[in-house]
Amino acid sequence: MRIVVCLKQIIDPELPATQFRIDAESKRQQSDNHPLVISPYDENALELALKLKEQTGGHVTLLSVGQPSAVSALRKGLAMGADEAALITDPAIEGSDAFGVATALARGIEKLGHADLVLCGCESGDWADRIVGPILAETLHIPCVTFIARLEKHNGGFLAHRVVEDGYELWEVVPPVLLTILSDETNTPRYPKVKDIMAASRKSIPTWSGADLDLDASRIGKAAVRAEVQELTVPTQESRCQLLEGEPEEQVAMLVARLRERKVI
Amino acid sequence: MAGILVLAKIENGVPSRSTLELLGAAHRLATGLQEPVCAGLLGQGDAGVLYSYGVEIVYRMDHPLLKEYQADLHLRALEQIAQAAEPRVMLLSGDSMGRDLAARLAFRLQAGIVTDVIDIDVQASEKAPRFMRPAYGGKAIAVMAPRVVPIVATLKPRTFDMAASVGEGHGREVPVEAPLDPGQARTRLVERVQEETTGVKLEDARVVVSGGRGLGGPDGFSLLVELARVLKGAVGASRAATDAGWVPSSMQVGQTGKTVSPDLYIAVGISGATQHVAGISGAKTIVAINTDPESSIFKVAHLGIVGDYKTILPPLSAKCRELMGG
Ligand SMILES: Cc1cc2nc3c(=O)[nH]c(=O)nc-3n(C[C@H](O)[C@H](O)[C@H](O)COP(=O)(O)OP(=O)(O)OC[C@H]3O[C@@H](n4cnc5c(N)ncnc54)[C@H](O)[C@@H]3O)c2cc1C
Ligand SMILES: Nc1ncnc2c1ncn2[C@@H]1O[C@H](COP(=O)(O)O)[C@@H](O)[C@H]1O
Repeated sequence: MRIVVCLKQIIDPELPATQFRIDAESKRQQSDNHPLVISPYDENALELALKLKEQTGGHVTLLSVGQPSAVSALRKGLAMGADEAALITDPAIEGSDAFGVATALARGIEKLGHADLVLCGCESGDWADRIVGPILAETLHIPCVTFIARLEKHNGGFLAHRVVEDGYELWEVVPPVLLTILSDETNTPRYPKVKDIMAASRKSIPTWSGADLDLDASRIGKAAVRAEVQELTVPTQESRCQLLEGEPEEQVAMLVARLRERKVI
Repeated sequence: MAGILVLAKIENGVPSRSTLELLGAAHRLATGLQEPVCAGLLGQGDAGVLYSYGVEIVYRMDHPLLKEYQADLHLRALEQIAQAAEPRVMLLSGDSMGRDLAARLAFRLQAGIVTDVIDIDVQASEKAPRFMRPAYGGKAIAVMAPRVVPIVATLKPRTFDMAASVGEGHGREVPVEAPLDPGQARTRLVERVQEETTGVKLEDARVVVSGGRGLGGPDGFSLLVELARVLKGAVGASRAATDAGWVPSSMQVGQTGKTVSPDLYIAVGISGATQHVAGISGAKTIVAINTDPESSIFKVAHLGIVGDYKTILPPLSAKCRELMGG
C-alpha cells in the first residue's frame, strides 16, 4: 500500500502576534528569518501514516510544492520515518492558489505511479483554506473524507473517524481515497531520533519542475488565481481587560458582581 | 449568471440558524449587486418559510438518497441545483458539511472559492463582491476579490447577523431533477456517535466555560463541568486540551474547531493564541483565569483573574450556585 502525505512548509504559525509583519508587496507574511516548520496538521497526517505503516505495512511518500527551502520540511518527515520524498518546485508555480497547488500535487502523484491513500492536513497553518485536499481528490477522481482524526482497518478498507459538531462519524472508505487529517491524542507527531535525522540528511530528494510533470502553464502561478488577495491587514486590538485583584474569595466576589452588572449570569 | 444562491436547511419547519445567517449575508450582497436571493433546498421542508425571508426562488431537490449526508450524493445534488440556478455567488455555512462540500463543489462548477468568510461587501464601481477572511491564524485579515464567476463561499458560523422575516413573502419553487443512484456513493456512513458533556450544545450555549493546557490533565475539567452545570452552559476546550485527549475533539473551540458566540465565555488555563481566539470573537463578555499575567488571553478578555484555577473555580461555582439556586 502506497501512502502519500502532502506536506506544506510554512512560517511557524505559533509565533506570537507581536512578531507578525506583512510584506506589502506580496500581501503575505514577511519571512523575517522566522523558523520554517511543517504545517502542523500535515505532521499529524504523517504520524497517522507512520502508525498505519507500523501496523499493516506500506510505503510512505512525502510530496511538497514549494520553494527549494521546503527540502528541510521533507527531511524532517523522512527522519520521522517516511520512506521517500519529492519536492515540486518551480518559479512558475509560485503564487498559485489551491487549484494550482492541487494540480501540481496530482501530477506528482501520477509521476509516482499511484497512491492508495493520500493524506493532507485538514487545513494549512498559514491560510487555512481547507481547499487543497478536496480539490486534489477531485483532480485524482478519488473520494475524499475531511476532518479525520483516526483510521482503523476494516473489511479490506478503513473506518475513518470524522470529527463533527456533536461528536464523530465513522465512515467506511476503500482505497484509493484522500483523507484530510485533524489532530488528536492518537496522532501526536513523534520526535525524530538523532540517528534518524542523520540518516535522513543523506537521503536524496528528487526535485521536479513544472516541465518534469508536464504541468499546463495556464493552470498554475499567479495568473491562474481565481480569488486574489486584494488587501492584507493586521486588525488592531486595544486591551480592555479589568484585572480583579485580591485573595481568591475577593476576586470571585468581584467577578460575580461584574458579571451580574453585565447581566450575563 | 446572476443571483445569490444559499444552501438552506429547514429544521422543524423553520430555517436553521446558519441558514438565517447565510440569508443575512445574501441580502447584503443582493442589495449591492441588485440581484435576487435564491435558495437550494434538499428534501421536503416547507419552501414558504424561506419566502418570508426574502427568498425569490427555491430550487428544490427531493430524493430518498439525500436523507442522510453523503458527500458524493450531496455534491451531485448541489452541482445540479447550481446548474439550474446559475448563481453569481453560492453561499454555504462553514459547518462540518459546508467545509466538506465547498471546495469540491467549486471544482466541479469551475468556480472560485473563499472559505471562512467573516464579512462581505460589494465594490460599487465594479459591482463585484469582496470577501473578508482571517489569515495566518487570525493574525491578519485578508480581503479576497474573485476573478471568476461563479464564486462559492463558506461563511464562518455565528458571525453574520441573521436575516429578519419580511412577513408574508412571495416566491416560486423550481423542482430540480435528482440524477442520483446508490452506486454514486463512494463512502458509507457506518455510525454517528454523539459526545456531549453537559447536555447544552456548545455552539448554542449562552455560557461557555473552556479549559486549556493549564488545567494540567483531564481531572481539571470536572471543575469546569460543575461551573458550566451551575450556569446552564457548555464546556469547551483549546486544541492543546483536545490533542492531549483530555476531552473529545468535538469540544475544540477556535479556528479549526467551533465558533461560539455566548453572552459569557470563561477561558481557564488558556493562553489566548490567535487560533483559539478566532473561535470566540462573537462572545459578549470574556473572562480569563490564568496564572500568567503576561498571557495574551488578557488582551482579549474583559475581566481577568490572575490565579490558579484550582483556587478560583470552587469558590466561583459555590458563589454562582448560591445566586442561581442550582
Ligand atoms: C492551523 C492551526 C489551527 C489551530 N486551531 C486551533 C483551534 O481551533 N483551537 C485552539 O484552541 N487552538 C488552535 N490552534 C493551536 C493554538 O495555536 C495554541 O497552540 C493552543 O490554542 C494553545 O492551547 P492552550 O492555550 O490550552 O495552551 P498553552 O498555550 O500552553 O496555554 C496554557 C495556559 O495555561 C496557563 N496556566 C498554567 N497553569 C495554570 C493554572 N494552574 N491555572 C490557570 N492557568 C494556568 C498558562 O499560563 C498558559 O497561559 C491551532 C494552531 C494552528 C497552527
Ligand atoms: N504547497 C503544498 N504542498 C504540499 N501540500 C500542500 C500544499 N499546500 C497545501 N497542501 C496540503 O493541503 C492541506 C490543506 O491546505 P489548505 O487548503 O491551504 O488549507 C495542507 O494541510 C497540506 O496537506
